[in-house]
Amino acid sequence: MDGAIDDAPHEIPPKETITEVSGLMDPKKKLWVKLEGSIVRWLFMSCALVSILTTVGILIILLYQGYGFFKEINLWEFLTGTRWTPILKPRSYGVLPLVSGTLIVTVIAASVALPVGLMTAIFLSEYAADRVRRVIKPILEILAGIPTVVYGYFALTFVTPLLQNVLDDLLIFNALSAGLVMGIMIIPMVSSLSEDAMISVPRNLREAAYALGATRYEVSLRVVVPAALSGIIASFIIALSRAIGETMLVTIAAGATPKMTLNPLESVQTMTAFIAQTSMGEQAVGSFEYNTIFAVGLLLFCMTLLMNLLGFWIVRRFREAY
Amino acid sequence: MADSTVISVKGLNVYYEDFQAVKDVDMEIKRESVTALIGPSGCGKSTYLRCLNRMNDLIMGASIQGEVLFENRNIYDSNVDATEIRSRIGMVFQKPNPFPKSIYQNIAFGLKVNGFSGDMEEAVEKSLKQAALWDEVKDRLNDSAFTLSGGQQQRLCIARALAVEPEVILMDEPASALDPIATLAIEDLVRELKTDYTIVIVTHNMQQAARVSDETAFFMVGEDRSGYLVEQDDTQKIFTNPTHQRTEEYITGRFS
Repeated sequence: MDGAIDDAPHEIPPKETITEVSGLMDPKKKLWVKLEGSIVRWLFMSCALVSILTTVGILIILLYQGYGFFKEINLWEFLTGTRWTPILKPRSYGVLPLVSGTLIVTVIAASVALPVGLMTAIFLSEYAADRVRRVIKPILEILAGIPTVVYGYFALTFVTPLLQNVLDDLLIFNALSAGLVMGIMIIPMVSSLSEDAMISVPRNLREAAYALGATRYEVSLRVVVPAALSGIIASFIIALSRAIGETMLVTIAAGATPKMTLNPLESVQTMTAFIAQTSMGEQAVGSFEYNTIFAVGLLLFCMTLLMNLLGFWIVRRFREAY
Repeated sequence: MADSTVISVKGLNVYYEDFQAVKDVDMEIKRESVTALIGPSGCGKSTYLRCLNRMNDLIMGASIQGEVLFENRNIYDSNVDATEIRSRIGMVFQKPNPFPKSIYQNIAFGLKVNGFSGDMEEAVEKSLKQAALWDEVKDRLNDSAFTLSGGQQQRLCIARALAVEPEVILMDEPASALDPIATLAIEDLVRELKTDYTIVIVTHNMQQAARVSDETAFFMVGEDRSGYLVEQDDTQKIFTNPTHQRTEEYITGRFS
């Protein structure tokens, strides 16, 4: 060990040499290069900081205002209660009806968007000719650009009446059509991100499989999808987080009835729809009713966070790195 | 067609869009022998090789004219299934391309897609032994194929191709990405495999062609940038007494 330390100075070039080499540059210019480097570095870093600080700020406000709520309402009661009537008497603060409303809409949306989105991605990346892909992909991405309020009225005034022809029990405001339309809304996220992941799977892996006599279907499902799995899962998570957080569509189409139910034909209220409804109402800022928004917001935040963590874990566990 | 011929190519032309990559090739490939394809870069030898098991079907804009008769049947006939052809005419690529799966799964993949119903473990062991890789990997079959060295990965790719029991194996510069020792291991393997398989190998390395092959085909690139076959003969003859002057010039290193 000692010997190594003694030897060290011989391996590092003497200081003079370094100065000499960089001395080739005009000292003024040298200063500028150094300055420029640190300015650019700080500029980029502060941009990165904006989003981090915003997140931290939101979290602090959520926690602070949520504290006002949980000071009076037991956390357990909040999480396990099955009646949510924060404004009407008798008041009750069980959040499960809002959670079930959110989950039911999200599950319906996921059951549309994940399979359809993934299959679209497989089609675009493995089956479609280049020309076809160049046409279809932008069209799909336009879907993502439609304002959510339009989707909301599409669900309420078109899909619901259509479904009512078949389902007699379907209410005007219901989880089913909100979920279905939300599923359509998030298809492009799944398909576009998954396709990006699949198209970047190296060509030589596909060739290896084809050369063994695999069909296009086998190559897609057994080689490309597993190799692109981390990107595909990421697309699922982004799409589902979007579904959980989506507000306008469900406020318009799913109703405003916090009801503990798993029946998609009924009217429900999601967590986001509750927040929107309450924040637009007459609740005084700082009042206890006002604080309920933040309690629900905090729960929403935790749910999305959990999902993201789960996603990271799945990606790490199952990815096939190439 | 002589009985010893397994693939017979007649008047093969290959195009990418409007560009003709390979021009008018006729070739007979003998059963259970090694045929080397040599020639300068861009002479279409890899393109040509990929026509022999319809890998060029996968390239947008590629088209062919002519016939590739495999056991007396044109593999480009409309009623021929390309996947069946590829499972009977396997391929090993320039860069080792194992799947991002375990060593075991890499071999099992081809068996599964071909509907293999026998003892999977036995079949995996058999092909790894054939590729002279078994002793090095038998204790870590469940490790990722990427934990292997480049040369081992390439032997894994050969084992993977052998597992589906093809009759012919096409090798596209299989050792060009490997160090000299790994290259020799691949060459030994090629010589060993020819007792049971027909091998067509593209190589840039003329010593390699001389070392491993029984027959050598020399490709050149013409003025119109299309590749064509100059001559095909016993490797011995090509390297000592070729018929064409261009071949001799290439072999003796007067151009490359």
